[in-house]
Amino acid sequence: MSGPDAPVLDLRDVHRTHGSGAAAVHALRGVSLTVRPGELVAVMGPSGSGKSTLLTLAGGLDSPTAGEVVVEGQPLGTLDHRELARLRRRRIGYVFQDLNLLGSLTAAENVALPLELDGSGVRPARRAALAALEEVGLTGLGERFPDQMSGGQQQRVAIARALVGERRLVLADEPTGALDSQTGEAVLHLLRRRVDAGAAGVLVTHEARHAGWADRVVFLRDGIMVDSTAPLPGVEQLLSGSGR
Amino acid sequence: MSIRHGLLALLERGQMYGYQLRAAFEESTGSTWPLNIGQVYTTLNRLERDGLVRPLPEHEGGQRPYEITDAGRADLALWFATPISRADRPRDELSIKLALALTTPGVDVRAVVQTQRSATMRTLQELTRLKYASDRPEDLPWRLVLDAMVFQAEAEIRWLDHCETSLVRYRPAPPAGRTTHPGAVDRADEEARR
Repeated sequence: MSGPDAPVLDLRDVHRTHGSGAAAVHALRGVSLTVRPGELVAVMGPSGSGKSTLLTLAGGLDSPTAGEVVVEGQPLGTLDHRELARLRRRRIGYVFQDLNLLGSLTAAENVALPLELDGSGVRPARRAALAALEEVGLTGLGERFPDQMSGGQQQRVAIARALVGERRLVLADEPTGALDSQTGEAVLHLLRRRVDAGAAGVLVTHEARHAGWADRVVFLRDGIMVDSTAPLPGVEQLLSGSGR
Repeated sequence: MSIRHGLLALLERGQMYGYQLRAAFEESTGSTWPLNIGQVYTTLNRLERDGLVRPLPEHEGGQRPYEITDAGRADLALWFATPISRADRPRDELSIKLALALTTPGVDVRAVVQTQRSATMRTLQELTRLKYASDRPEDLPWRLVLDAMVFQAEAEIRWLDHCETSLVRYRPAPPAGRTTHPGAVDRADEEARR
């Protein structure tokens, strides 16, 4: 299936079991989830409910025990290691709680890295990196090293790295980490804007306030999706139209 | 909050008549608190009776503006200076509903929790969308009103999560006069450990 509205991410009855026999841990037990362009889905649930497992499977960092993960029409199970690595570099952006920025590289070099690894020339990679830094409000800070930046700025660099190039699937695991509420909100604002511009996003969080930025919220409990929600159509009129 | 103090605060900006007050009130609460014009006039009459506002001569169009009095200003200052007591707020229907659900036979409490959480989550999504759409500097008062509602909804969801985890461990005491079979206890423990 292709076309502008085709799902970017499609999890089909996905199971993930760690270990076997009596010691087996069933991290996910039959989860199906479709995310289309322009859609941000939040995944909520208590610790150990399978949230992070879902995200690593969606990003091709791990494979399901059963079921299928399809990214932009490509079933990940059919790709060899090289193809999978290329898809991850080109199409999928990750934002994790621990930022994984390289301290010996500048902000711009950190952001350009995935493109350079992918064979892009140094100059076009740098151009794209500077554009991504601009998108997250860090114009002019490309030459700083991570330890010369505040926590909020570093998180923005990590986001720029996840958004650089043509990434259509953005996966975020508690991306606001320990940031204060204003800075954390700015991070979600950026994610939302990128999704509105046509990417598909999955946001794992245990904070309802952050999940509020999503178009749809799914709840996991013991590896099963127990509940899901979507905004009602036309909610912008919810308050402005009241009282008439 | 009382509509009284809302109207007094608006009149502190300058004289206004009923329809202007209604429009200004809704604007400053981002229409989250719609007033009908009857409420405005009833409140103005009471404020006038208590000496907190005074009516001015009618405009040519027949509208009668009001202005705040010194007593009104003092009342308003007191209101701003006094914290709002939680005891003054209406009882929380949801917590009472859940407490009753636990003790009413045949009610699936977990379903009650889940239904409420989805509904509150939806509200939270809607509020966030409104906030996202109001990012001009002059939207700040309205954004703060939205933030208050966001934090309240978040608190409710956290409480519902808390209820859910408490329910996993919850085993109602057996009705009086019946002894519990030891095996039943074991099974309950087994389930709780799961």
